[in-house]
Amino acid sequence: MAEAKVNRLNLTEKDYDGAASTMCKGCGHDAISASVQRAYYESSIDPRKVVKLSGIGCSSKTPAYFLSQSFGFNAVHGRMSAVATGANLANHSLLPIGVSGDGDTSAIGLGNFCHMMRRNVNIVYIIENNGVYGLTKGQFSATADVGSVMKGGKVNDIPAIDLAELAITLGATYVARSFSGDRKQLTPLVQGAMAHKGSAILDVISPCVTFNNHEGSTKSLKYVKGHLDPIHDLDFVPPYENIEADYNEGTDHEVAMHDGSRIILHKLSKHYDPTSKANAIQAIHGAIAEGKFLTGLIYYNPTRKEFAEELNLCDTPLSELGQDFLQPPAEALERINADMMK
Amino acid sequence: METPLINDLNICVATENGSGSASSNNILFKAIFKMGIPCSSKNMFPSNIQGLPTWYQIRANADGYMSRKDVIDVMVMFNDATGAKDIYRVRDGGVLLYDDSTPLSPTLKRDGLQYIGFPANKLVAKLVPASPLRAKQRNMVYVGALAYLFGIDMSVIKAVLEDTFGKKPAVIESNLVCIDAGYQYCKEQGYKQNIARLEPIPGGNTGKIITEGNTAAALGAIYGGASVICWYPITPSSSLAEAMEYYLPRLRKPIDGKKPYAIVQAEDEIASAGMIVGAGWAGARSMTSTSGPGVSLMNESIGLAYYAEIPCVFFIIQRGGPSTGLPTRTQQADISLMYGASHGDTRHIILIPHDMNSCFDFARQSFNYADRFQTPVFVAMDLDLGMNMWSSEPLKLNQEPYDQGKRLNAKDLDEWTKAGKKFRRYFDQDGDGIPYRTVPGNENRMASYFTRGSGHDADAKYSEDEHDYKYILDRLRKKFDTSRKFVPKPIVEKEKGVKTGIICYGSSYEPVREARDRLRASGLKTNHMLIRALPLTSEVMDFLAEHDTIYMVEQNRDAQMAAIIKDENPLLGAKITNILVYNGLPVSAGEVVKQIFEAAQTAKTA
Repeated sequence: MAEAKVNRLNLTEKDYDGAASTMCKGCGHDAISASVQRAYYESSIDPRKVVKLSGIGCSSKTPAYFLSQSFGFNAVHGRMSAVATGANLANHSLLPIGVSGDGDTSAIGLGNFCHMMRRNVNIVYIIENNGVYGLTKGQFSATADVGSVMKGGKVNDIPAIDLAELAITLGATYVARSFSGDRKQLTPLVQGAMAHKGSAILDVISPCVTFNNHEGSTKSLKYVKGHLDPIHDLDFVPPYENIEADYNEGTDHEVAMHDGSRIILHKLSKHYDPTSKANAIQAIHGAIAEGKFLTGLIYYNPTRKEFAEELNLCDTPLSELGQDFLQPPAEALERINADMMK
Repeated sequence: METPLINDLNICVATENGSGSASSNNILFKAIFKMGIPCSSKNMFPSNIQGLPTWYQIRANADGYMSRKDVIDVMVMFNDATGAKDIYRVRDGGVLLYDDSTPLSPTLKRDGLQYIGFPANKLVAKLVPASPLRAKQRNMVYVGALAYLFGIDMSVIKAVLEDTFGKKPAVIESNLVCIDAGYQYCKEQGYKQNIARLEPIPGGNTGKIITEGNTAAALGAIYGGASVICWYPITPSSSLAEAMEYYLPRLRKPIDGKKPYAIVQAEDEIASAGMIVGAGWAGARSMTSTSGPGVSLMNESIGLAYYAEIPCVFFIIQRGGPSTGLPTRTQQADISLMYGASHGDTRHIILIPHDMNSCFDFARQSFNYADRFQTPVFVAMDLDLGMNMWSSEPLKLNQEPYDQGKRLNAKDLDEWTKAGKKFRRYFDQDGDGIPYRTVPGNENRMASYFTRGSGHDADAKYSEDEHDYKYILDRLRKKFDTSRKFVPKPIVEKEKGVKTGIICYGSSYEPVREARDRLRASGLKTNHMLIRALPLTSEVMDFLAEHDTIYMVEQNRDAQMAAIIKDENPLLGAKITNILVYNGLPVSAGEVVKQIFEAAQTAKTA
């Protein structure tokens, strides 16, 4: 029997498995879980350093289905961003991945999501975006497109919130959009998100095969596949690999990451520089106008500090500081008492 | 003519909010404190930045009673808008100070008061160039007038100014001239009053401090190891988080130039609660401070922390509710809200300080309770305790080691493995209802588990099984019952043979202490119990059992604490007669005495 392939940590891809999924058969979310698992394996990330966080909804269940060696926290509806922010403050040496849905992020949790972006909290934040509430059986979410039809025939007449655009506007520093079925694109995007220090948002269109896969839905598998608009093909190159062979002068664009890894963007129809905020927003709007899903690394800002760094938190995680560091000396209290006697 | 009382005086200063009177009142209060006279202050301020009426009461009392006194001896009428009412707040024979730069309106005159006028406006006009500062300095004039009339030496005032403004001689001087102008004017006019005199008590306040509960609690939290503090501004709790912002950099040494703490002003209370739950889960000592409306918003995350068993601390500085209610007034009306916060069956540990040292110490200890019981812990304070200035013994640090409870690190788990023990996150290993826990970052292969607010079994696996679900709920109840043996016990003061007991908690302690002395003077001896925590401890039931009549003083309409007692022991609870004060004002001893007499009378006629 051939030995299983291992990564640099001597772990097999199976070591990144989770519990058996309870999603519907063919659910886009399972495909995303598989890409996430692949990405962590490929990047040789120690699962014990990873924390998985989520809110409530179908998508929020999925962190149980990958990386079972990691700590996980399935919190309350819409609050993943707040809970993850707190976990990050307590221990910024952990590698957080948050999984949320379009309801969890764009409706009930929108406020907290906005402020997480504003703070640029370090996280890989995956939105499994299907335009409906699955777990409550098919109501529209705030990312449903105008004109999209609900399973029972109801038409949505309120414009969708574009979470990628919102994230860019508010301060996120790594913003991508992808499709659950495009593992070739999604895996390197997740790897890039992991290598990035700051809020990395992946808005992943993930068709709901049960409640939103019918004629008239703009997030059905068929519709999405027919309207994908990839900006580029991309490769993630970890810091320890030689990339020269892959790089084509003139047609490729290289994104250098903080930790020495690189993302190589292979130009498709036109040149695209993801470091320009204005371009990114324009590109999103352009695609929306054409009824297309712009996919790829839409925006990247390598300079902005992530939140824990901005707060100048000490290197040792706060969660590991003992009384020696946390309790000020008794004499200091004596001085305060003396001040209060005045 | 009455003989002046020595060191027994209740002054009320009525001003307009935002007029700078906080500064002048502070100087006045500290001057009396510096003279060695026991004194207290109560600030009754509006929810407003500028223009609405505000009252500040300073009570000097040689016997050391600190509660708000409802009889006002002297009124400084510096707010025309409330003048017509304020003149009737002063007791007959009292003194009314006013600015006579313009003639006093006839509507502000009444019989039975001694009116003393001084031209504060005109005096500051001469001393302070026209500027917004002038209006503020006008308030300094009444400090001088009061000082002259009641016997505060100008040297004491000067010393207070130096303490307050230390390195700013110009500020000291500009205030001093205005105060002195009031002082000299009254002296030149030969004004006299004969109701009270303040006389220095040498060493009277030596070793005493002046602070607010929010500051004391902030310091306690810092000494207790709070390292993730997430909060959202809300009166009357903001000053607690702000005190931490002030003191943390001064008290906790940086590590390699970096901060060993995080303070985050969140976007709302939902977020601050979510953040501290996340931080507690990840192993930090986390906390927030808020008041009633904040707790309402935090409920969902509180339930999550309860059910998923995550330590975190909530400092609740209560104010008048419901809804926005009276945001700048005091109440104890969130006891039930805290005790059963969140949907589903929950019960929470609540620590209830009653003075500056318990604010400090309970704040420090709250993190031990949270870690020990892996649950949200509330520190229940109120605006009176939190925002008013209290004179107190110095804050005393208990240096006992932090209690991290049953938290297992990687090495502990190695030992467990060697001993053939399995780590089961939600299993009652020791029979006390408290499971063991690990936190992220623990790299032992046994350490990780999946935390969830949905149904789970003893091994933290998703489960909707009826036995699994009930097991966790019952164990949580058991854990809560275990905590009864650990939470602060009530303080009981009793005498043999006395069959009437008074129970209170929190900021009611001081007025009840005074009320008991007054009751005793009128022939009613009482024993007393100060409840200091929930869950109730056995001592509470003992006290109820030992007395025939129980008066329970609470600052809410619905007798919320009494309801908790009645729920646990209906028979003993039936002994309780409720004494309820919920008008938004700090409780006065007079009100307690009055209600107890009325209740006793009703009982007799019945």
